[in-house]
Amino acid sequence: MTKYIIQRVLVSIPIFFGITVIVYALYALAPGDPLAMLLGERAMLEMTAEEIEAARESLGLNDPWHERYIAWLSRAIRGDLGYPLTGGYTVMELLQQRIGPTLLLMATAFIVSLVVGVPMGIVMALKQYSWIDYLVTVLAFAQLSIPSFFLALGAMYVFSLKLDIFPTSGLQTIGAPFSLWDRIHHLIMPSFILAAYFAGVWARYTRSSMLETMHLEFVTTARAKGLRERVVVVRHALRNALLPMITVASLSLGHLLGGSIIIETIFQWPGLGMLGWQATLNREYPILMGIILIASTTVLASNLLADILYAVVDPRIRYD
Amino acid sequence: MSNDLQAEQQLFVDTPARRAMRRFTRHRLAMFGLGVLLIMVTVSVFAPAIAPHSPTKQELSLYRKPPTETHWLGTDTFGRDVFTRLIYAGRVSLSVGLVAVGIYETIAILLGAIAGYYGSKLDWIIMRAVDVVMTIPTMIVIIFLVSILGPSMYNSMLAIGIMGWPEPTRLVRGQILSLREMDYVTAARSLGLPTYRIILRHVLPGVVAPLVVHATFGVAGAILLEAGLSFLGLGVPPPTPSWGNMMSSAQTLNILERVPWLWVPPGIAIMLSVLSINFIGDGLRDALDPRGMETG
Repeated sequence: MTKYIIQRVLVSIPIFFGITVIVYALYALAPGDPLAMLLGERAMLEMTAEEIEAARESLGLNDPWHERYIAWLSRAIRGDLGYPLTGGYTVMELLQQRIGPTLLLMATAFIVSLVVGVPMGIVMALKQYSWIDYLVTVLAFAQLSIPSFFLALGAMYVFSLKLDIFPTSGLQTIGAPFSLWDRIHHLIMPSFILAAYFAGVWARYTRSSMLETMHLEFVTTARAKGLRERVVVVRHALRNALLPMITVASLSLGHLLGGSIIIETIFQWPGLGMLGWQATLNREYPILMGIILIASTTVLASNLLADILYAVVDPRIRYD
Repeated sequence: MSNDLQAEQQLFVDTPARRAMRRFTRHRLAMFGLGVLLIMVTVSVFAPAIAPHSPTKQELSLYRKPPTETHWLGTDTFGRDVFTRLIYAGRVSLSVGLVAVGIYETIAILLGAIAGYYGSKLDWIIMRAVDVVMTIPTMIVIIFLVSILGPSMYNSMLAIGIMGWPEPTRLVRGQILSLREMDYVTAARSLGLPTYRIILRHVLPGVVAPLVVHATFGVAGAILLEAGLSFLGLGVPPPTPSWGNMMSSAQTLNILERVPWLWVPPGIAIMLSVLSINFIGDGLRDALDPRGMETG
């Protein structure tokens, strides 16, 4: 087991460096003079050519690209992701402020998608080729096919503007003190809409995985022993069907984060997604680099965790 | 054997392709999807002949008029006919989906074939590159790329195309690894055929079926991505209509509440096209899955 864990960790190291290379390459591709980004266009107009050259030299902008990459990387690993153009915060401080709301939104959406999607899949698998299988299949495909922003606009139109049940935007009622109910009230619409797509993914996945498992011999054995159908389905089939989902769950993390860009922008939810969107509009590349770096590292870590977890639950994996 | 009998036997030969075709045409949802998609594609192709108005001509006297007999889906903020723009937007959205997927499936075939067939060091490098790109959240990088390249239809195709290749590359590689051990490939090799010929003639055809299924779902995903990008204002820039950018004005509550004909029709169009393509993908998967052969 220890050997397996060490092996997985070792494989992650080149992947981490690959991620940093891509993030830096994106930055290097970005148009605009990095010096102008640091000092401002106007400040540069007032400088002489010699002064500009001296500034470049002292900031290391004239070094070859691999030296600049290593300098950037060694700062980034120590948590120094640079400064945005505006505001008094460092990029790291901005990310720390915004990560909380995003994690809250993603975790809620993840749980909602499981609670909705897995039962959908079980029902489809148990009633294969019946009308209810068809109905739920169409529903699952609809969840996979509706653009999240269309669902968000529709939900806002119905639940906020017409019925006035849920607020249209924000983390909490403006000016009101923090209360748990107020937070949940604001969380419901964005998290359910973010969850819709993944509920569809879970439903499709659970269906095919359940169908495969239901035909395996140990399920037949369980039936032959005279166990009640409920016990056969839940204790024997479902348990084994859900095992490979550890990997799917970890892969969905990156997609959830991508989806949160649109959802956070529409609902004005002050998380990483909305920060990324604002940074794109203002061409604040250090912020975007920081978000991509943090998000990718999180996904990498969770993939690693999923691999190890999977090996713990299913010992056959370790011998591959 | 007489000629008649031979002809008759040929008539009833049940090839795998025919079995797959039969399973596909029996898939009700896939048939529904194919029907809807065919209508949408036809309308998009013949847009100039079908559309009742100009997609870009502004008529300020027709500011945000609700649906009428001449303007079936009303007019937008610049007095343009929403129905006309919806039809023209179909061209943009569908072709972005197709081209983006074309880009990444091509990359995937190349890289996957190299990794799967040559193996060793090249395989290791390509598969680690796959791991790296799969770990990076796609949407954020696409947004970053489009903001670097500038929002345009071609850049949306390119950005989606650049980020989509890891999953199909894995698929192609895995398929080739298993096909390469097949007896008929060993036979081809022992006959002394050159490697490129073995890959092209004997291995790649076996990869086509799963790749077609993947690409079909991929087109649906790419249309959703482009719609999201355009909705945020980073995809296809106005005045060219795309389903996504037609909806971006609904980010203001005033339009959302008072001018629903601006955002509901394109939303339904995206959903309907993506749903249809997903249904087709599901039908293709059922039809082409070799494990389902005996039930055909």
